[in-house]
Amino acid sequence: MRRRGTWLLLLPTWLVLGMFFLVPLVLTLVLSLRQRGVYGGVAPIPDLGAYVTSGSFLGNYARSFAGIYAGIGWRSLWMAVLTTALTLAIGYPVAYALALRAPRRWKDLLLGLVVVPFWTSFLIRTYAWMFLLRTEGLVNRLLLGTGAVDRPLEILYTELAVMIGLVYGELPFMILPLYASLEKLDRTLLEAAADLGAGRVSSFWRVTVPLTAPGIAAGIVLVFIPSLGQFVVSDLLGGARSMLLGNLIQNQFAVARNQPFGAALAFELMAAVLLLLLAYAFYMKRKGEEVLL
Amino acid sequence: MPLSVEIRRVTKRFSDVAAVNEVSLDIRRGELFALLGPSGCGKTTLLRMVGGLETPSAGTIHIEGIDVTEVPPHLRPAHMVFQQYALFPHLTVADNVAFGLRYKNGGRAGWSTKVKEALDLVRLAGMEKRLPHQLSGGQRQRVALARALVLEPKVLLLDEPLAALDPQLREEVQVELKHLQRTLGISFLFVTHDREEALGMSDRVAVMRHGRVEQVGTPAEIFERPATRFTAEFLGATSFFTAEVASLVDGVATLRLPAGLDLQVPRPDASLRPGDRIDFVVRPEKLRVRVERPAEAEMAVVPVTVEESIYQGMGTTWIVRGPAGERFVAWEQNAASVLDEPSALRPGGAAFLCWHPRHTVVLGGGGDA
Repeated sequence: MRRRGTWLLLLPTWLVLGMFFLVPLVLTLVLSLRQRGVYGGVAPIPDLGAYVTSGSFLGNYARSFAGIYAGIGWRSLWMAVLTTALTLAIGYPVAYALALRAPRRWKDLLLGLVVVPFWTSFLIRTYAWMFLLRTEGLVNRLLLGTGAVDRPLEILYTELAVMIGLVYGELPFMILPLYASLEKLDRTLLEAAADLGAGRVSSFWRVTVPLTAPGIAAGIVLVFIPSLGQFVVSDLLGGARSMLLGNLIQNQFAVARNQPFGAALAFELMAAVLLLLLAYAFYMKRKGEEVLL
Repeated sequence: MPLSVEIRRVTKRFSDVAAVNEVSLDIRRGELFALLGPSGCGKTTLLRMVGGLETPSAGTIHIEGIDVTEVPPHLRPAHMVFQQYALFPHLTVADNVAFGLRYKNGGRAGWSTKVKEALDLVRLAGMEKRLPHQLSGGQRQRVALARALVLEPKVLLLDEPLAALDPQLREEVQVELKHLQRTLGISFLFVTHDREEALGMSDRVAVMRHGRVEQVGTPAEIFERPATRFTAEFLGATSFFTAEVASLVDGVATLRLPAGLDLQVPRPDASLRPGDRIDFVVRPEKLRVRVERPAEAEMAVVPVTVEESIYQGMGTTWIVRGPAGERFVAWEQNAASVLDEPSALRPGGAAFLCWHPRHTVVLGGGGDA
């Protein structure tokens, strides 16, 4: 009696999860194992047995590790790592100042400013960067006006522009978890470190950083995963030259009409993200911390 | 007597409020010194200034004869045991204790020996690999002690050392801290709001109030001879009397109570003149409540009405009202079982409050509590 009741209560959850998560996932997986048809779509499989035994079903995956695609993969990975490192380098001091240095009455306002960008669509904010960075844009006019350069800089449609866009977009996702863990930091521990002889730098590395490691880990995960699959920023700010994994996947579905290959790439991306999440969960468990994601 | 800590006219202002106001104190070498007072009296701020965690707004602090007023905490020969111990939660017991060693002169070579010695000293040998959250409250405190003592301070500062411990543990730790202090021979300066703790643990006590030192003395001195009404009250005395100095003859003062009673006490103060109005206090355990007027001629006696008796097992507290409705509190030990010898006193009944004149403590100024 009781068991059946529990089942009924769980049913909506299973329905939502199944329809919007599991079914699409399985469809994508199946799609990734098939081949592109001559006019797009999916090619029919005349002999399933032969298709499986010949190993053709892994063709899309094999292709993704070769030549130009592997290059794009590595570059995406590199860009994501760099974005994460830069947001951490910029975000930590900001979060530190917010949590430990800002006067109490300013705190909420300053924290609000970190969140304010979320009120506007990410797409629009990225367009704004195009206007800022282009040759006649604000940045160049400022540089020309102050005489810092005598010819406008080519920033838009370069990897630098993509980097700026990525770091800008992901920064709040780094600052917020860092702020949360810095805010929890027991300040008497810093006093104790000072009392025992540690200078500011030493106490930062020996006390503050280790104790905010869970926040750092959460920030890394929150920034790294979206930057790995990013395609809007690279599309708008990087132009045709800086294609990332996200753009490649989007291209396969929208332009090249090779849905099976796109599905395979998407699955690989998901596997990479899943591995990272597992590593994160494992790390947090070992530290006895709550897994935040 | 060489001085360990000299505090000279130290003031600390937070915005406009003086948390510590022109305090001067001397702490002798090898002394267990308590700063006693209610919360907000400035005792913790004073301790933190000695440790260097706060900088005085005015005044100077010397440790072992060296002016440390502007010296950062880690360069002072004083280390702190924090109230909640402030152990580093991500470090093992051994790493916590070794934390400060790298900032000391001398290489890594001696570290492990020093850590071991410090842990032996606080009886925590074998706990090196534990993390703070795996320890009991008492063990954590001992790690905090070892962490400070391993740096061989000249002064150990303790912020409410017993407050975070279970009541059963307190007495034990109190004895242990005293023993540790005697073994090491260094000065311990500690802060407490608990009078039993201050009395039981220290060589001398400074009673603080509103950022100022009210009285400094041995535990017995501040307990038996409080200088002000505040000190008397903080140490548990609640029976205050007002009297006029009737005469002064050969070191004996005759005090006249409003009820017309005369009381002869040893002359408390050279500046006293006949006709002065004074306040005095008698501690509750020195007061007796009797149904019959006591026979001894020298006893001070005030007629009272019994208001309430509170049986507390070890003793009984009597609350009585004086002729003008003043409230006095007496505490009497139940030396005999009240079952065998029930008291003849009844609430509402008349009685006599009496004490030996030498227990009369004349209070000085500042007693406007």
